[in-house]
Amino acid sequence: MSNVLIVVEAQPDGSLRKATLNALTAGQQLASKTGGELHAVVLAKDAAALANTVKEYGVKVVHAGSAPHLAQFTADVVAPAVAELATAIKAGYVGAAATQAGRDVMPRIAARLKAAMASEILGVVGASSADLQFTRPMWAGAVIATVKLSTAIKCFTARTTEFAPAEKSGAGEVKAFAPAAPAKALQKIVSFKEVKSARPALTEARVVVAGGRGTKGDFKDINALADELGAAVGASRAVCDAGWQPNDLQVGQTGKVVAPQLYIAAGISGAIQHIAGMKGSKTIVAINKDGEAPIFQIADYGLVADLFKVLPELQAAIKAAK
Amino acid sequence: MPIKILVTAKRVEDYESKIKVNAQGNGIVLEGLKYKINPFDEIGVEEALRLVAKHGGGEVVVASVGTKDVHEQLRHALAMGATRAIWVNHAGPLDQMTVAGCLQKLIEKEKPDLAILGKQAIDDDQNQVGQYLAEWLGWSQATFASKEESLESEAEKSKTPALQLSADAKTLTVIREVDGGLETLECSMPCVVTTDLRLNQPRYASLPGIMKAKSKPIEEHTPATLGVDATPKITVTKMEHPPARKAGIKVPDVATLMDKLKNEAKVI
Repeated sequence: MSNVLIVVEAQPDGSLRKATLNALTAGQQLASKTGGELHAVVLAKDAAALANTVKEYGVKVVHAGSAPHLAQFTADVVAPAVAELATAIKAGYVGAAATQAGRDVMPRIAARLKAAMASEILGVVGASSADLQFTRPMWAGAVIATVKLSTAIKCFTARTTEFAPAEKSGAGEVKAFAPAAPAKALQKIVSFKEVKSARPALTEARVVVAGGRGTKGDFKDINALADELGAAVGASRAVCDAGWQPNDLQVGQTGKVVAPQLYIAAGISGAIQHIAGMKGSKTIVAINKDGEAPIFQIADYGLVADLFKVLPELQAAIKAAK
Repeated sequence: MPIKILVTAKRVEDYESKIKVNAQGNGIVLEGLKYKINPFDEIGVEEALRLVAKHGGGEVVVASVGTKDVHEQLRHALAMGATRAIWVNHAGPLDQMTVAGCLQKLIEKEKPDLAILGKQAIDDDQNQVGQYLAEWLGWSQATFASKEESLESEAEKSKTPALQLSADAKTLTVIREVDGGLETLECSMPCVVTTDLRLNQPRYASLPGIMKAKSKPIEEHTPATLGVDATPKITVTKMEHPPARKAGIKVPDVATLMDKLKNEAKVI
């Protein structure tokens, strides 16, 4: 029997980051396989409100760690607070969503617990707690590895596209605790430049319209089609490297991993690094002038054409069909 | 003020390699693979060289763990301009905890001001070593270091370092790629930085650089001489390819595409 502890993330406005719900599902799977309890931890200056939200999602106990030094979610203060709690509740597994924040803090938590860690897990295999293993991608998703961790405590980050968001299922208990402040602060966030957009978040959108080098940096038609569809806008690495679009829009192994109902790739050749970030999409449409582009090997529907000609046509057709 | 920086050079399969799982399903087919320095580590070497150039000299020490084959990657970093190299000689499986443990011991010996590592290696894609290292050293950590200027900007062309060291060398300011935007993080020194894609565009090694690298020293250690237990805590028990996505069909025009999306895929 192993208790499972999931680290909760907040958005900049303090509300729940949805990726945490996916991590809770991974935690739920582990808890049911080991016969342990699912716990969650919220760390903030005042963690009570968010803890009250999280307790609805099938969690046995939400630990609300409130302290002035936790006003910022930085790894140097999060790691000791989570590690201290994990030890106190005898957690066998500690995990978080594979967001940028989760990827940043989770290995530091693992280090503090002398625990081995599996990053970006796709699933949990094995029936009993004795032989539980994780599946996870390697070589940009070209290989799926099954890995066994042999430390007493085991850590992970969960890829959000592989675990459905946890649903509300009765209220758990909220327990307040006061994490001790470290002797000295190591780091502080001095500013945050948010990429603001009226469009849905890339990782949560039902439809994504993405542009690549073929756009030559002109995203006018991509944006217009996205708005017609109520879609998020994504980009390939080349586009972000050139500074044509913010880094935050990059879809790929090292950027955002997305799995929408519909992914429209325009002017994207389909490098393995990009495909790793979107091949879980239900339906993929590729539009590219080069009929030999690798993107066509994974697209459900390919259109060999100039994107500047067909994107406005597609937008008009969708508008007409409404 | 001169600055001393430790960087890493993991040996990984070239990102363009076609990776195939072997018949036993416990590893990959090694024949025909080309090896390179981990691209994120290469970005780390570049940033270290820029910082040393800006801050009136110092030293860039490059480390790698593996068999003698890693000399190739160490020489690559030396040819780019790193001062000297440290090789931790180890054959067989390695996990992130062992690598971080070896780097911790090297750093305790070398006492650099700063360590710059790739955010992840493009073989196992774990993204862990920098964070383990920072925790075990008790250092600040700045993962996913990036910059606001694009890789085609003037700042990039003039090889300006993106990491900003304060005049008193006590704090390092790092722009990070975080959820929803860019964050500016102020870290007390010493610090572990891990690099993201857009921190810089690494330089090519010059011919004189390649010649000079041949005579630069490579110091040898092993996990045992460093006092690190190299028993893997992470074991890969199986490897397989993900289910292949089948190529679909080509459609001749937008009208056909619309028809398929509406009536076949039912996503519009």
